[in-house]
Amino acid sequence: MCLAIPARLVEYVDDERNYGKVELGGVQRRINTSLLVGDDATEPGEYVLVHVGFAMSRISETEAAETLRILEEMGAAYTDEVHQIRQWQS
Amino acid sequence: MKFADEFRDADLARSLADRIAAEAGDRHWKIMEVCGGHTHTIFKYGIEDLLPANVELVHGPGCPVCVIPMGRLDDGIAVARMPGVIFTCFGDLMRVPGSEGSLLDAKAAGADVRMVYSPLDALKIAQQNPERQVVFYAIGFETTAPSTALTLLRARAEGLRNLFVFCNHVTIIPPMKAILDSPDLRLDGFLGPGHVSTVVGIRPYEFVTRTYGKPVVVVGFEPLDILQGVHMIIRQVLEGRCEVENQYRRVVHDEGNPKALEVLSQVFKLRPHFEWRGLGFVSQSALELRDDFADFDAEKVFTVPGIRVADPKACQCGEVLKGVLKPWECKVFGTACTPETPIGTCMVSSEGACAAYYNFGRYSRARDRERALAGSGDGPVHEIRPVEVRAG
Repeated sequence: MCLAIPARLVEYVDDERNYGKVELGGVQRRINTSLLVGDDATEPGEYVLVHVGFAMSRISETEAAETLRILEEMGAAYTDEVHQIRQWQS
Repeated sequence: MKFADEFRDADLARSLADRIAAEAGDRHWKIMEVCGGHTHTIFKYGIEDLLPANVELVHGPGCPVCVIPMGRLDDGIAVARMPGVIFTCFGDLMRVPGSEGSLLDAKAAGADVRMVYSPLDALKIAQQNPERQVVFYAIGFETTAPSTALTLLRARAEGLRNLFVFCNHVTIIPPMKAILDSPDLRLDGFLGPGHVSTVVGIRPYEFVTRTYGKPVVVVGFEPLDILQGVHMIIRQVLEGRCEVENQYRRVVHDEGNPKALEVLSQVFKLRPHFEWRGLGFVSQSALELRDDFADFDAEKVFTVPGIRVADPKACQCGEVLKGVLKPWECKVFGTACTPETPIGTCMVSSEGACAAYYNFGRYSRARDRERALAGSGDGPVHEIRPVEVRAG
């Protein structure tokens, strides 16, 4: 129900940008895009989150990369520390 | 899938879980994931098995199918049985038992019940069947309500006269407050609902930090999102902070989506009271259509019985929804109540805690974990896997 799926916006199909086509696993589907305004304004080629036939929001590539960078840094820092402790013990 | 696979990296998940284990220390942490979508992710990816035994995830009330009380469903089924009606709803709802069978049973008995993916499908059915009355049984939190609102605005703009909404949209803040006010549960923090927050933003959760002194981290729906959220809550507590943080920045803006909020207020108003399964009547916890949409309101246009029905005695969905009871502690879990023959709502929806436990076969592990925590010693103690240090 609250599940939403990332999909690539292919194009808008009307001048008011209320409807667009997204690509999902090789299949194209028409969705309602009227919520993609303001901070969520999306250009074709970008990704959106689709829920019950509506694009809920734009997915920010920059923010996704930033979250992953933090996660990877945390993972790396921890692995390094464990590695150091093990070396120190041996 | 882009924006999903990156957040499912197993090595990263393991190292994050180990870090959580190291920082969590010996104390028993209880963190509630509010949203049923998170519950689904947690079981699908076995996140509880990754976490140390003393970091417990408590499953919250955010499953829109699970919280619908039986009387409300009976009202829907009564409308579905009316001659001339085409009744449409999301698939999750079809098998939820009412007091006299489910929507699927009503369909088998001749009612025209159709499963739809989107409220826009209901609109299309109404356009294609001008001689019929098409009812959309709307459920869902703030994530889903804007789609119903936009569908109704479109129906009105097109002058459609045969589409009606049976509105069961609910809001997430009142049940969170009810849980915080309940003396049954001691929580250390909340994983906030990611997709609800795309609409409402993160400010509405500030009362949790201010009034109740519990941290909230709005998180995404991939395994790494959940693990990072758990880590962020533990960090907040250890550093003596209590804030609303946003882990799901790639999707959620702090202010939400103003356009979605605008269409919500155009079409809906708060109901004075709404009954929730398990929580009873909660004031201002649900939405109904505004008076200028009365012609589209199934509850006003059709004669709805409106009878309050007690939930089945054997079923303990209410306690499960409040996080007081684990699914496998319910008397009928996995015996009389299974996904094939559900008694309660939590066993039907894919976001229900009982269905998640049952389908992903995790209840025996959960029981072991509980025994290990209780120190009874007769169950295998949950194993915290050491970090593998790879060469290079």
